[in-house]
Amino acid sequence: MKAPGYLSVVAVVAALALVPFVTSSNVILNFLVIALLIALVGQGWNVLGGYGGQYSFGHAAFFGTGAYTTAVLQVQYGINAWPGFAIGIAAGALVGAVIGFLSFRSGLKGSYFALVTLAFAEVLRIVASVAPITGAGVGTLIRLDVRFEAFQFQSRAIFYWIILALVALSLVIVRMIENSRFGARLVAVRENEDAARALGVDVMATKLGAMTISAAITAAGGCFYAQYYLFLDAGIAYGPWISVEALLAPIIGGVGTIYGPLLGALVVKTLGEAAKHVTGTAPGLDLIIYGAVLVLVVGFAPRGVAGLLERLWPRRSRAPARAEEGKSRD
Amino acid sequence: MTEPLLGVHNVSKRFGGLLAVSEASLSVESGRITGLIGPNGAGKTTLFAIISGFLSPSDGRVVYRGRDITALPPHRLAREGIARTFQVVQPFAGLTVRENIAVGAHLHIAGRRAALAAAERTGEEVGLGSVLDRPAGGLTVAGRKRLELARALATRPSLLLLDEVLAGLTPSEIRDIVPVIRAIRDRGVTILMIEHVMQAVMSLSDHVFVLSEGRIIAEGKPAAIASDPKVIEAYLGHGAAQRYAGGAAHAH
Ligand SMILES: Nc1ncnc2c1ncn2[C@@H]1O[C@H](COP(=O)(O)OP(=O)(O)OP(=O)(O)O)[C@@H](O)[C@H]1O
Ligand SMILES: [Mg+2]
Repeated sequence: MKAPGYLSVVAVVAALALVPFVTSSNVILNFLVIALLIALVGQGWNVLGGYGGQYSFGHAAFFGTGAYTTAVLQVQYGINAWPGFAIGIAAGALVGAVIGFLSFRSGLKGSYFALVTLAFAEVLRIVASVAPITGAGVGTLIRLDVRFEAFQFQSRAIFYWIILALVALSLVIVRMIENSRFGARLVAVRENEDAARALGVDVMATKLGAMTISAAITAAGGCFYAQYYLFLDAGIAYGPWISVEALLAPIIGGVGTIYGPLLGALVVKTLGEAAKHVTGTAPGLDLIIYGAVLVLVVGFAPRGVAGLLERLWPRRSRAPARAEEGKSRD
Repeated sequence: MTEPLLGVHNVSKRFGGLLAVSEASLSVESGRITGLIGPNGAGKTTLFAIISGFLSPSDGRVVYRGRDITALPPHRLAREGIARTFQVVQPFAGLTVRENIAVGAHLHIAGRRAALAAAERTGEEVGLGSVLDRPAGGLTVAGRKRLELARALATRPSLLLLDEVLAGLTPSEIRDIVPVIRAIRDRGVTILMIEHVMQAVMSLSDHVFVLSEGRIIAEGKPAAIASDPKVIEAYLGHGAAQRYAGGAAHAH
């Protein structure tokens, strides 16, 4: 029978937590902070897309809402960054619930759902680019105030541990989902909605729950982004770039697997860095790399890096994994 | 007589210009196996979809335990104790057999471990014990039919709607599964089954309804139905009853 599987989460997080003791290079830490940020944002996408089968192209809507809420509360209302962070996550979850309610209630699935989520994110981006409260075209700058109370730190290592803690939390949440009735129902909805309904699954409620959790996790990434960079504009917060990163990491790492987003984020970011070293910073090069990697993954490793690793090092409890291979995704 | 568990009252279903079900009425008594037979395209699956909440009827009512359930969605009906199988099997292809059945078990069992254990018991009951850890997508036709049955059964239904669970099986596979269905009935689960395999449905059913071109044209004990001229004509075409009677006379 399936072990709850928290041991591997502890091991992975503990190993990553040691990195700042091994290197104090700001370049490496900065790289890992960004990779972990993408892993977090991608894990949010993975809950809805990987486990629930609802592919969103608009996770920027949640990322941006988290980021802007944290920033605007500080800049415009003088609210402390810590509660601002929590409110940002809640706001992202709320936006997820609303978009989910509207799109699932009208029965949107597949590419229609993807397009509608993209449209919602774009509407938010346009609103944010003209609304005075977000600083409109100029953007929002959070005042530099390097104190723990202001959620700002001199040391990259602290930021690194904070984003790692958020990633750890997201891994625990996903593990809990995997071991729960809600998770079983979510996967059932992904595999076959009609069959799920016949077995008593409230498909609407299940999708809505997944979208809310998904949005909250991705919003946490946005909140972190705001504190790390202290600057936002509409294109950063709500831009399609983050929607793409959110889905690319889990797809390359392995959709519907707990470590998929983390693996994918590390692979994608490493490739991006490697290419930069080889060719300099040609604009758009990262997108070309993403595209090429995506084509390779979809063509040769449909279950992503996680699936590839399992094929190389087969484990004893392989049954569910093999099941995935036999399946043809629609 | 006590009130039937399920009552279908003058139900019609129109698909555009096609009247798939036309003022059909039937009732299902508690604790019995009721058969629903009829030629291809008669509207049997459509009627099941209406009873189980997947389709809403153009007209008519469905009453379950004395309550009008016509407007309820499938997941609510499942909670009320109505489970169905699909004629065109609908496995969760990427999951194992055990995980498939556990989705049904979760209807009344919150814990993952307990649901998986219950799924294992149900799987063994319908003869899937040896393939519990296989992916459902890789099962044979017979295996998929059993999986449909197991998942529905795992919801612990009061009323089980079986849509051609014997179709596509070999005679020996049918011989294996017929006692399983009878055992389910003997445990107190009421069954309404659509079936084309005449010998099986006649031997299993306590009562049979015949649907033809959307209408209920006959009902009664299996033996009486088998020799009903209206039924023979529905299956074999106009005038068939006479030819059949003539043929039978010759054979004697
Ligand atoms: N969703 C639909 N839209 C349009 N027509 C439909 C739909 N579902 C069924 N029909 C039509 O309704 C009629 C009854 O179909 P149904 O599947 O209920 O028959 P059936 O008795 O189950 O047949 P079979 O024994 O072949 O399974 C058929 O003519 C079918 O083509
Ligand atoms: Mg049918």
